[in-house]
Amino acid sequence: MSARAGWLFLLPMLSVLTLVAGWPLLRTIWFSLTDARLDTLDAYTLVGLANYRALVADPEWWRAVWNTLRFAAVSVTLEVVLGVIIALTLNARMRGRGVLRAAMLIPWAIPTVVSAQMWGWMLHDQYGVINEGLLRLGLIAEPIAWTAEPSLALWAVVAVDVWKTTPFVALLVLAALQLLPDELYEAAEVDGLGPVGAFFRITLPLIWPALMVAVIFRALDAMRVFDLMYVLTGNSRSAASMSVYARQQLVDFQDVGYGSAAAIFVVLVIALVTALLVTFGRVRLGGDAR
Amino acid sequence: MKRGAARLLRRLLFAVLVLAIVLYTVFPFYWAVVSSLKSGAALYTVEFLPASPSLDNYVAVFRGQPFGRNILNSVLVAGSVALVSLALAASAAFALGRVSFRGRATLLVVILGVSMFPQVAVLSGLFELIRALGLYNNLLGLSLSYLIFTLPFTVWVLTTFIRELPIELEEAAVIDGATPWIMLTRIFLPLMGPALATTGLLAFIAAWNEFLFALTFTLTDEMRTVPVAIALITGSSRFELPWGRIMAASIVVTVPLILLVLVFQRRIVSGLTAGAVKG
Amino acid sequence: MERGGRSRNGGRAVAMKPKARRWRYAQSLHLGMPSMHKHVAAAFAMFLGLALGPAAAQTRIAIACGSVGVEAQLCREGVAEWARLTGHRADLVSTPIGSSERLALFQQLLAAGSADIDVFQLDIVWPGILSHQLLDLSEWIAPELLERHLPLLLRNNIVAGRLVAMPWFTHAGAMYFRRDLLEKHGRRIPETWEEMAETAQVIMRAERAAGASRMQGYVFQGRAYEGLTVNALEWLAGSGAAGIIAPDGRVAINTPRAAEVLTAASRWVGTITPRGVLNYAEEEARGVFQSGNAVFMRNWPYAWQLVNAPDSPVHGRVGVAPLPLGAAVLGGEQLGVSRHSRHPEVAVSLVMYLTGRAEQRRRAIVGGMIPTIPELYAEPEVLAANPVLAQLRDVMADAALRPSAVTRGRYNQVSAEFWNAVHDVLSGERGAAEALGRLERILLRVGRDGHW
Repeated sequence: MSARAGWLFLLPMLSVLTLVAGWPLLRTIWFSLTDARLDTLDAYTLVGLANYRALVADPEWWRAVWNTLRFAAVSVTLEVVLGVIIALTLNARMRGRGVLRAAMLIPWAIPTVVSAQMWGWMLHDQYGVINEGLLRLGLIAEPIAWTAEPSLALWAVVAVDVWKTTPFVALLVLAALQLLPDELYEAAEVDGLGPVGAFFRITLPLIWPALMVAVIFRALDAMRVFDLMYVLTGNSRSAASMSVYARQQLVDFQDVGYGSAAAIFVVLVIALVTALLVTFGRVRLGGDAR
Repeated sequence: MKRGAARLLRRLLFAVLVLAIVLYTVFPFYWAVVSSLKSGAALYTVEFLPASPSLDNYVAVFRGQPFGRNILNSVLVAGSVALVSLALAASAAFALGRVSFRGRATLLVVILGVSMFPQVAVLSGLFELIRALGLYNNLLGLSLSYLIFTLPFTVWVLTTFIRELPIELEEAAVIDGATPWIMLTRIFLPLMGPALATTGLLAFIAAWNEFLFALTFTLTDEMRTVPVAIALITGSSRFELPWGRIMAASIVVTVPLILLVLVFQRRIVSGLTAGAVKG
Repeated sequence: MERGGRSRNGGRAVAMKPKARRWRYAQSLHLGMPSMHKHVAAAFAMFLGLALGPAAAQTRIAIACGSVGVEAQLCREGVAEWARLTGHRADLVSTPIGSSERLALFQQLLAAGSADIDVFQLDIVWPGILSHQLLDLSEWIAPELLERHLPLLLRNNIVAGRLVAMPWFTHAGAMYFRRDLLEKHGRRIPETWEEMAETAQVIMRAERAAGASRMQGYVFQGRAYEGLTVNALEWLAGSGAAGIIAPDGRVAINTPRAAEVLTAASRWVGTITPRGVLNYAEEEARGVFQSGNAVFMRNWPYAWQLVNAPDSPVHGRVGVAPLPLGAAVLGGEQLGVSRHSRHPEVAVSLVMYLTGRAEQRRRAIVGGMIPTIPELYAEPEVLAANPVLAQLRDVMADAALRPSAVTRGRYNQVSAEFWNAVHDVLSGERGAAEALGRLERILLRVGRDGHW
């Protein structure tokens, strides 16, 4: 098929994306170079890179960056490991597989703000069910303030995120697994590979492309995290993500210039991390079809 | 006998694994159901079965706001977003996965780049755009704005899957004189059943759960979608979180999604048994 | 029906000519003397219009008020009554419960010049933030009607010489206590914060020894949000430390006294207050107190009804008193009219009706919304419906205000930096002196050295 036909097929998607993403993006970049404020949006002046310089000098910003990177790293790793385990389990033939798949998707189906509230309630220090259970089992002596303690808050958010989005990874990996033909496994058995060997030598390399897509998109989502942290810990600085910081500047403090600069900086950080992931994950971008 | 014991052990471990997975994913949901059947001070006590279950919360949810209408809105928006995303993405994936042209890699990276933008940043720009198009407080405005985050991953996933399909299919089609359009719709798409079902479902759920845009781009009760409606469920004071009612609303909203998944599962399985992939 | 001519000066014997009186009052509020006559005439015409019957064409406006249960219900009823009287219509727009989400929505709409909402319910700190986008109501409403509201609230709503919102209802924090426990251990209602801490410690220890292992001493709002700003200002207000920003714009927070107060508060956490308080908002604190696990609780008056509900575990055992040292920081809601409204006269008439004496009285009796008209505090029915008001009315006149009128658009940032500093001290991350020093440097930068 000619290249021109190719571009024709691309056109609808590209035009929609340009409209819905391109314009807001440009607007934000423009504002990041000004000192605009939300209540006087028509009266602003260009200040060049002043916002960016102030951002780089703000220790709270770097704290938010560090929080986000830690959150994303731990969260995505756990999700991938658990997601693969769950997908492998679901791939096996057994009774009630359909029901199990439906059950697996429950965390993903509940709106984020609701599951954040739900977990916030379960993690409550005085009358949450988690503390109650741990107390009854004798594992802790005093109730733990999971979302309040500055050292624990971030990990509480990680736990909720893992619960919520493992189904996403599991579903993608499952779809990839189901496209693998059975003959491969028969061949593996003949060769004498146990299930673990079969997984690492055969399954993993074959599902690698789909897995990497899942990892990249999960990493992107994790670095953009907002709803979860906002609902569970508010604007608390110990668990704030980059988006929480940017929103606070943009919306709460009405500082459109500075907030937009923070948003663009978020993009740069994410772009850097993604570039690293793509390189090391050996994701094919320009390769031909096999 | 040892062989039998080993197999029994494996079966047992497997069953434990399955049980652990089910418990992990389902317990909070179970807890939500229990909470939705409790009201008043009972909510603050921790008990695993409600002492006096009642459906008060469910009734209150539908009475306090046009919740039925909100559910319909969500279905319309999420459904249209999923369909449009799939259509646009399938067409784009065909080009990105099967045609080699200059700038393909860059384009994929740019599309990926769109996903890097935090919602907060595009919020004001999109708000301006929606108002300029006259789509404020309109479901079409929501559908349009959701494409910003469903398109990137849909394009990427479909591109990845379409690349794995064997080249022989294409060659055979070219020999038969098929146009690119026929190739896409008659040959590739049917083979991508599982991928289409999966990404469609994920796009649906992403649009279903979205909160920030839905909050900002709609104003009246009748136009709201489910997450916003749930967040606006009110107790009797500004500080009170009507927990029972929020849980009841969540249950009402989650059940159709689960049914949807059950339906889609057949599609995934039938895509497998069609067997075209095995050549 | 409100008529502007009569004034209720409560016994002032001097008879002044009406015009002179208006001028005097306008002076005392530091308002300019605008040509308000035509606006006032228009507004009164709305009310007089009812005498002539609903002959005017029906105009439809939108009001964003009361997003929550009882509040929404009261607002709906009030609006319906106004509609009946004037023949116009007002649609209620529901808004997010969360205060900062609601503010963000309003800011977005107003910045976009939208005429979708005409009348806004504004939290007490929002008139300062949104002042650019709101009408100057002193041009529409006669001083006699303004006069009857709490002067403190009017002062709060005047930004750069413009009155941008009318007070609607108000409240202040109160100290809830377990009357039965205080009696049992022979302690009185604490009058200072130190006394409160000591009493809490004694009772908590005794109760825990007797088997109530979950008993805490004092719960309050310690999450890093606006509620913490209020709590911290309450600690500072009674003890002689200045507020955050002085009325002239100076940064006044970094004083040794303030550091002492914050250090004392930080000692509560982990002793008489659970560490979890670092993420408590109003409801979490209420939950702990209501399940019988706290001796003292600081909360708004709304909690009284809930704590005394028949199914509450502490029903009948709770008392309420003003905070130690008579500290009070005002909260509450105002009503403002958007600058972009297409029907300002109709919108203002709605505001006048809702903030009028009759409607405030009804809301107080039916819904427990504390009015902003001090006259009503003496009425027995109002007091019967709001027992907390009887405790609070004396401290409310001298209450402190958050500095939103001074800091205007930057209030949110000031408050956020303040609550973060306080949160750091409470959680033990920073010492009070260090936190306040840092806060002062940040506020000087944000406020451009006093030029807010």
